[in-house]
Amino acid sequence: MDLRFTPEEIAFRDEVRSFLRREIPADIRARLSEGRHLSKQDMVTCHRILHQRGWAVPHWPREWGGQDWSPVFHYILGEEIQRAAVPPPLAFNVSMVGPVIAQFGSEAQKRRFLPATANLDIWWCQGFSEPGSGSDLASLRTRAERDGDHYIVNGQKTWTTLAQYADWIFCLVRTNREAKKQEGISFLLFEMTSPGITVRPIVTIDGGREVNEVFFDNVRVPVENLVGQENRGWDYAKFLLGNERTGIARIGLTKERLARARQFARETPAGDGTVWDDPDFRRRLALIEVQLKALEITQMRVVAGARNREAGRPDPNSSILKIKGSELQQAATELLMEIAGPCALPAVDPDEPTNEPPIGPEWAMLTAPTYFNYRKVSIYGGSNEIQRNIIAKAFLGL
Amino acid sequence: MDFDLTEEQRLLRDSIDRLIDDAYGDFEKRRTYAQEPHGFSMALWRRYAELGLLGLPFAEADGGYGGGAVETMLVMEAIGRGLALEPYLATVVLGGGLVRLGGNAAQRQRILPRIADGSLRLAFAHNERQARYDLFDVATTARAEGGGFVLNGAKTVVLHGDSADLLVVGARLSGNRRDRTGIGLFLVDAGAAGVTRRAYPTQDGQRAAEITLAQVRVPADAMLGAPDAGLALIGQVTDAAIAALCAEAVGAMSALHAMTVDYLKTRKQFGVPIGSFQALQHRAADMLVALEQARSMAMYAAMMADAPDAAERHTAMAAARVQIDESARMIGQGAIQLHGGIGMTQEYRAGHYFKRLTMIGLLFGDTAHHLKTVAAAGGLSADEAAET
Ligand SMILES: Cc1cc2nc3c(=O)[nH]c(=O)nc-3n(C[C@H](O)[C@H](O)[C@H](O)COP(=O)(O)OP(=O)(O)OC[C@H]3O[C@@H](n4cnc5c(N)ncnc54)[C@H](O)[C@@H]3O)c2cc1C
Repeated sequence: MDLRFTPEEIAFRDEVRSFLRREIPADIRARLSEGRHLSKQDMVTCHRILHQRGWAVPHWPREWGGQDWSPVFHYILGEEIQRAAVPPPLAFNVSMVGPVIAQFGSEAQKRRFLPATANLDIWWCQGFSEPGSGSDLASLRTRAERDGDHYIVNGQKTWTTLAQYADWIFCLVRTNREAKKQEGISFLLFEMTSPGITVRPIVTIDGGREVNEVFFDNVRVPVENLVGQENRGWDYAKFLLGNERTGIARIGLTKERLARARQFARETPAGDGTVWDDPDFRRRLALIEVQLKALEITQMRVVAGARNREAGRPDPNSSILKIKGSELQQAATELLMEIAGPCALPAVDPDEPTNEPPIGPEWAMLTAPTYFNYRKVSIYGGSNEIQRNIIAKAFLGL
Repeated sequence: MDFDLTEEQRLLRDSIDRLIDDAYGDFEKRRTYAQEPHGFSMALWRRYAELGLLGLPFAEADGGYGGGAVETMLVMEAIGRGLALEPYLATVVLGGGLVRLGGNAAQRQRILPRIADGSLRLAFAHNERQARYDLFDVATTARAEGGGFVLNGAKTVVLHGDSADLLVVGARLSGNRRDRTGIGLFLVDAGAAGVTRRAYPTQDGQRAAEITLAQVRVPADAMLGAPDAGLALIGQVTDAAIAALCAEAVGAMSALHAMTVDYLKTRKQFGVPIGSFQALQHRAADMLVALEQARSMAMYAAMMADAPDAAERHTAMAAARVQIDESARMIGQGAIQLHGGIGMTQEYRAGHYFKRLTMIGLLFGDTAHHLKTVAAAGGLSADEAAET
C-alpha cells in the first residue's frame, strides 16, 4: 500500500499543472473560480487548448485521439483541471456522445462526428430527460416514427443543459411502443437547426440560464443518424451513464473552493480580527476537509482498481463518489456563503457595468447564487436517492 | 401552560391570513408586486394599514392597538407563508419598535400614527460592513455641533432602506469602534442633505440599500432615547426582530413542507407516486419533525421577546434562531431535493421559499453566531439548574 504517486505520475502532474497555468487564459480561470458566467467562447477556447495538447479526449480509442494512459493519469488530469479552475472539456461531447459513437456508431458516423466532437466543432446537448421522465428515464415518450429514410420525431425534452449553444442533440426516442419500456428506445443524433425544434430557456433559482425545454414538432431525422441498432438505445444510454466514473466526485473542484474559503476567511473582518481567527469556523472547515480527504482516498482506490474492470460497465463505486462528492460540493458552497455573511444578501451582478460604489467584495455576492445553483448536483446525473437505490441493490443485494 | 390564542388573536390571525392568501395565493401576483418601484405593493401596504396591522404593536395613545409579540408573530407567520414583500419587519418591527421603546412622547406622536396609517415607512440603518453581526461595532460617528449633531459613516444592507422615508441611524457619540458604550440612535430624513443610497434587490427578491452619511446635520431632537442608552435599545429591538423572523421562517417552512408533501402525492415516476418510496417518506417525516421543533422555538421566542432581563431574553432569541436555522436548512434543502429538477426553477414557488429561508439565516447573525451566544451564556440549562 502506498499513497504516493510514482515519479512518472508526479512528473505528469507537474507538467499538467504548469501547462494549465501557462496556456489557459487567466481571466477565464478567474471567472470560473468566482462562479461568474462563462461564455460559449470561453468554453470553446479552453476545450480546444486542451485538445491541441491531446488532453480533451484521452480516454477515447487511440485512433480517435485517445491516449494509452493508466487510470491514474486520467485521474491526475481531471483533478488538476478542476483545481486550476479550468472549464473542463465539454462532458456532453467527451464523456457522453463521443464514447457512444466510438463504441456503437458506424464507420461513417465515427468519421463524420468524432474529430468534430473532440475539437468541439460540434457542440452537443443531451436530450434524455422529459417532463414525465426524470429518474424513471426509461418511461420516456418522445417518439420517432419511420417515414421512408427518415424518422419523424415528436415530443419534448427538458432540463437540456446549454441547448442554446448546441449544434447537435443526442436524443433518446421511443421507436417501439409495444415493447417493454427499455426495449423500445433508440439513440438518435440530429441538428438543432432542424425545422420543428423550439428551444425555450428555463431560468434556475440562481437566475442562471443553463437549462432549457426542447420541443420537437415533426422533426425529420435521416435514418443514417441512428446510432447502433433500433430499439437498443437503452443499452447505449446505460453505457454512457456508466462511463462517468472518476471525476464525478469533483474533488479537485471542492479543493479549489476550500482554498478560496481559506483565503476569503482571512480577508473578511469579524470581531477584532477576521473570520479565520474564529476557531469555530476553522473547525467547520476542518470537518469538511477530513471528509474530502476520505473521499479522495476512496476515489484513488476506485481508480487503482479500475485497471481490472471492463470499460463502460456501470460501477456501484461511482454511486459512492456521486453521493459524497455532491454533498461536499454543496457543503463548500454553503461555507463560502457563511464567510460572506451579510455581504451575501445583495443580488447584484458584478458583471453589470455601474458607476455606483461597490457593495462588498464581488466574490461575496456570488456565494448565495452558487449555493442555490449547487443544489442541482444531488439531483442530476441520477439523484442521490437513485444512487442509494443502486448501492442497496447492486452492492448490498437488498 | 397555555399555547392557545385568545379569541381576539384568533380573529386577528384569520383576517391576516385572508389578506395574505388573497394577495399572494397566486404566485404571479408576487412577481407583479416585485416590479413596482419599491419592490412591493403600495396598494397592499394600504390594506395592511386599513386592517390595523401597521399600528399593531403601538400603544393606543400613539395611534396603535397595544399588541404584543404574539400578535407580531401572527402577522409575520402569514408573511412567511405568503412570501410577502412588504416592509413590515423594517418599518413596524424595527423602525417602529425603536421609536415605540426609545422615543419621547413628542417623537412617538409625530411618527407612530403615521406608520400606523401607512404614510411613513422606516428603515433601521445600523449594520456596518466590518461589524458583521456585532451590534456594538459602530464606526459611524455623531458629533455634537451647533445644538444638533453631524453624522458621518456608511451603513450596509439596510433592509428596505431604498424606499424608507425615515432612517433610524446608529452612530457613535464617543469611544472606539468596538466599545459597548457611547452609541446613540438618530432619526434621519432619508432625503436629508448628505444621505446617499445605493438601492438593490436582495437574493430573496426583497430590497435593501447601502447608505452613506456625509456631514448629515440633524437637530437635537433627532436623538432617540437617552444618549448612551442606544445599545440596550438596539439589543431589545433586534431581539424583537429575531422573534419576528423566527415566525416568518416558520410560516415559510410550513408552506414549503406542505407543498413538498403535495408534490410527493402527485408526481409519478416508475408508475407510482414518488411519495410511495419510503426513502422520501422518511425524509418528509423528518422535515415535519424539524418544522414542529422550529414552531415551538418561534413560540418560545415570541413569549420571551418582552422578557425584562436583557441577558436572558438575548440568549433565548439566539437559542430560537439556532433551531430555526437548522430546521430551515433541513426543510429548504430537502424540499428542493424532493422536487427534483422542478425545485431548481425560478418559475416555481418552492425555490423562493428556500431562498428566503437561506437569507433569514444571514440576518442578525447566522447559526454559528447564535450558537456561540447560547454557549457563552453557559447553555440553556443554566437557568433551570439554578431553579432546582
Ligand atoms: C441543472 C440541471 C441540469 C440538467 N441537465 C440535463 C441535461 O443536460 N440533459 C438531460 O437529459 N437531463 C438533464 N437534467 C435532468 C436530470 O437528470 C433530472 O432532473 C433527474 O434525472 C431527476 O429527474 P426529475 O427532475 O424529473 O425528478 P424526479 O425523478 O421526479 O424525482 C423527484 C424526487 O423523487 C426522488 N425519486 C425518484 N425516484 C425514486 C426512487 N425510485 N426511490 C427514491 N427516490 C426517488 C428523486 O430522487 C427526487 O428527490 C438536468 C437537471 C438539472 C437540475
